[in-house]
Amino acid sequence: MATETNNTGPFPKVATGIPGFDLVTDGGLPKGRSTLVSGTSGSAKTILAVQFLVNGIQNDDEGGVFVTFEETPDDIARNVMAFGWDLAAFQKQGQFAIVDVSPEPGGVVVEAGGYDFSGLLARIEAAVKKVNARRVSVDSISALFSQFADAGMVRRELFRLSAGLKKMDVTALITAERVAEYGDIARHGIEEFVADNVIILRNILQEEKRRRTLEVLKYRGAPHQKGEFPFTVSDRGIEVLPLSAMELTQKSSNVRLSSGNEVLDGMCGGGFYRDSIILISGATGCGKTLSVTTFLDDGSKRGEKTLVFAFEESREQLLRNAIGWGKDFRKWEDEGLLKIVCAYPETLGLDDHLLRMKREIEAFGARRVAVDSLSAMERVSTGKSFREFVIGLTSFIKERETAGLFTTTTASLMGGTSVTEENISIITDSIILMRYVELMGEMQRGITVLKMRGSWHDKAIRQYDIDDKGMHIGKPFHNVGGILAGTPVQVVGGEIEKLDGMFEGPRDGVTVTGADR
Amino acid sequence: MQQHQLRLYVVGQTPNSTRAIENLRRICEEQLLGEYDLKVIDVLKEPHLAEQDKIIATPTLVKELPPPLRKVIGDLSDIDKVLLGLDLVGAKRNDNPRPESSPANEETK
Repeated sequence: MATETNNTGPFPKVATGIPGFDLVTDGGLPKGRSTLVSGTSGSAKTILAVQFLVNGIQNDDEGGVFVTFEETPDDIARNVMAFGWDLAAFQKQGQFAIVDVSPEPGGVVVEAGGYDFSGLLARIEAAVKKVNARRVSVDSISALFSQFADAGMVRRELFRLSAGLKKMDVTALITAERVAEYGDIARHGIEEFVADNVIILRNILQEEKRRRTLEVLKYRGAPHQKGEFPFTVSDRGIEVLPLSAMELTQKSSNVRLSSGNEVLDGMCGGGFYRDSIILISGATGCGKTLSVTTFLDDGSKRGEKTLVFAFEESREQLLRNAIGWGKDFRKWEDEGLLKIVCAYPETLGLDDHLLRMKREIEAFGARRVAVDSLSAMERVSTGKSFREFVIGLTSFIKERETAGLFTTTTASLMGGTSVTEENISIITDSIILMRYVELMGEMQRGITVLKMRGSWHDKAIRQYDIDDKGMHIGKPFHNVGGILAGTPVQVVGGEIEKLDGMFEGPRDGVTVTGADR
Repeated sequence: MQQHQLRLYVVGQTPNSTRAIENLRRICEEQLLGEYDLKVIDVLKEPHLAEQDKIIATPTLVKELPPPLRKVIGDLSDIDKVLLGLDLVGAKRNDNPRPESSPANEETK
């Protein structure tokens, strides 16, 4: 027990500044220690290693040393230029140094007697002193094994290297190659010799889509988030999406927004909340896009910036539809109050979509965001990644106190739910159902507010029509049951009276059992 | 024959360093008959020189001249390997400019 209490002491960490990474690792890399980052070829190890140093230089004014065993310094500098990282400039400023141990082409080395890696260690130490480095990245130590014949010796020397880095009091990120996405941590059994802390980068092929994840396998003695977290590599480097680690810290707003339809506002108890996520579920053609259009139009009218992600229709189609309902989207676009972003869901992976959407929302400063439709996104994803996508998007939107209106398409015309709903209904604040109702040989439409978090709402299913002015919500369906089940049945008068009686107090000597409990 | 230009990288005064220096001096005297230019570099004192030769392991012997450039790592106790690394295996038999003093070479071999 005594040892346990020693372990629970504070574990200082160094914030890497890599988006999401510090949240997943509960603060960053363990300070003054080495962390092994293991991944297959192409799993973005080198990018992570460079980004760690670049952020140190840019954010914390901490010098960095990069030790390269694989690529030449020129190659690295060229490759990371794409992320806007100018290593040559950092070098000139005396904040960055490269220790080049990349193999020389055709360089045959003869081994004649005992040796060790003191030379390398001395070079690293010199570089660390030169730029006053607090961070060191080593990429990748697996390459050493092809340069030297005695694997046991290399392991022993790597252990010394790790100990040497510790002595220099730098925070080190050491990368290593692994063969399979799930299996040994790294080739040559390196991990036991190098680091107490192991992070694994994966690049998995899942249903024909590449999915990158990061997992903190062990952080000896220090807290961290468990499990795999998706990440993407964009033009700004690595960004981890710490979805399941996200905290529910969003503020709650009491401000109400109009949906653009007065009756619907009334049904919601006065409109949507400013920072809420509303899900509209309905079959094809029942007016989901119209609801989106009305919602955005209302925002623009009030001078709010609105943004719509259209995954099913082109910009031209949206504009034409809006005109058809008497909403001039082109005008709002010209005034800079509306932005339409169209994309095929298939063009990017979900993670990249999420990143792009976040940037669009941020760059445009949108106060109302609509996604039409989420079902289109679901088509190209797996259940888990879709849920992560929705959580990532909703929390981002809510953090910014922005209202989000998502639509989802049900498979059947009458009743039923969509898979999308099942996956994400608990994440949303409000759910509005729009359904076809077949009555007396006629197709009618019904709308109801199923859920309205934190507010009273109308429980009735109301009939509505759509014409060139938009949506007109009318009276509740009377004497009809089974609408949501997709099997509307006219309820005859006598039965209604009976139903009324069931929920009233004891009458005519009839006792209602269990009513008080 | 061109004069041999050699660099020996060591780190401090470790047993490996001392052994490598001793072994190399002996080999050079015997095989190159003093016709060599050897520079011993302590990486701790002159790390920038180690940068140029991309030194990982120490001791490392770099043969700059005659070309091609070769590297031999270790304390140089394996003389055959050192001669191989210095391209001296063939040279000794065929191109030795002063064959009259070769008996000394034969002995050590």
